[in-house]
Amino acid sequence: MDLDFSVIPANSELLWEGIKMTFLLTGLAIVGGIILGTILALLRIAKVPVLAQVAAAYVNFFRSLPLILVIFWLYFLVPLIMGQPVDAFTSVLVAFILFEAAYYSEIIRAGINSVSTGQLAAARAIGMTYPQAMRYVVLPQAFRAMTPILLTQAIILFQDTSLVYVVGLRDFLVSAEIVANRDQRLVEMFLFAAVVYFVICFTASLGVKQLQRRFAK
Amino acid sequence: MNYNWDWGILFRDPYAGWILDGLGWTLVISLLAWVIAFTLGSILGVFRTTSSPVLRAIGTCYVELFRNIPILVQLFLWYFVFPELLPDDWGRWVKRDMPAPALTTAIVALGLYTASRVCEQVRSGIEAVGVGQRQAGRAIGMTEPQVYRYILLPNAYRIIIPPLTSEFLTIFKQSSLALTIGVVELTAMTRQIEEYTFQGFEAFTAATIVYSLVTFTVMMLMRILDKRTALPGTFSHGAT
Repeated sequence: MDLDFSVIPANSELLWEGIKMTFLLTGLAIVGGIILGTILALLRIAKVPVLAQVAAAYVNFFRSLPLILVIFWLYFLVPLIMGQPVDAFTSVLVAFILFEAAYYSEIIRAGINSVSTGQLAAARAIGMTYPQAMRYVVLPQAFRAMTPILLTQAIILFQDTSLVYVVGLRDFLVSAEIVANRDQRLVEMFLFAAVVYFVICFTASLGVKQLQRRFAK
Repeated sequence: MNYNWDWGILFRDPYAGWILDGLGWTLVISLLAWVIAFTLGSILGVFRTTSSPVLRAIGTCYVELFRNIPILVQLFLWYFVFPELLPDDWGRWVKRDMPAPALTTAIVALGLYTASRVCEQVRSGIEAVGVGQRQAGRAIGMTEPQVYRYILLPNAYRIIIPPLTSEFLTIFKQSSLALTIGVVELTAMTRQIEEYTFQGFEAFTAATIVYSLVTFTVMMLMRILDKRTALPGTFSHGAT
């Protein structure tokens, strides 16, 4: 068979737009997921009545569902709730934030639990309120301890964004697929997509390992 | 919100049958892919902990390669690219003449991908058993394969039942990716019901309930198994 990789530079603009979309979606989903995930984790740690149970149910519920199903759900629900057509990006972003928050919340909860309870007691003893103690003493230590795991989760999220394929949002994979079908270069384009994802994820995971080694010292 | 509710749709012909068929395919994909993932993952996990540098390198390369490429991209590679790279006759067989090409490809792709994750669990399980056991086995004259067969693996599996359970549940959820190459499993079936009837709420609710029920059932069964098989003197034994 004859491979012709010139199809890649010929479509570099479209592919570049795609990779920007992939990174944008990953970035916003990480920020939204960590914020919502922290709230869920704090509700459970502080044992807020009722809300703690709701948070636990939320986490278990979302962790039992396939991401694709959640994407379909929000793709269908968001326009219905807003009462008007909504672009795919918005509904997909909502899906990712809601879904990832469940996973982030478990990581953050483990991180907070790894901070010694003496820290909280000491903070309370010098007159801090519970929210202050969490904000200034416990959470900074917890986030430091869980940085490597949060980053690993970010790499997984980066890979997961490729699932927007099912609603046709133009991320990197969909852009590659558009070129592949239009120019009849499936082999070249999918191999290229695999290499790009691999290089990004492998490099990032090496970075995480480096960081872990430094933290362990 | 402006929506015409019709929960009866889920129990009417042909939609009720579609959901059951979908669940059937989802289970077929998950279970067969799990067989591949568990077998290959165990072999690779042993590779990564043996005394042979070559085997260890093979295991490491496999894990790094398979876990740094999104599973959806891997699925496309197996489905669209792999047959093109084979000699013509073989390629045609994989694409068309092999039984259920899309289903088989989905099972193999998911299995090979998850093998890299199972490998890491098996490796950490073997490491958790500790070098003392390995040395003791060798000291009483066992060969390295015997040490794995009779000491390391039986202990390791009992330690890693919880993470293996979540790996299986990951396969179960990720079997939905098969819909991208045209396998009509549970998620695809409910999407199809939505497109035919516009009753998306009911259809997706059905899928949601089925996925959650299966997940919670598996978790409960495995919790029982974990307690029954826990190693004496470890935290999972009796506690929690």
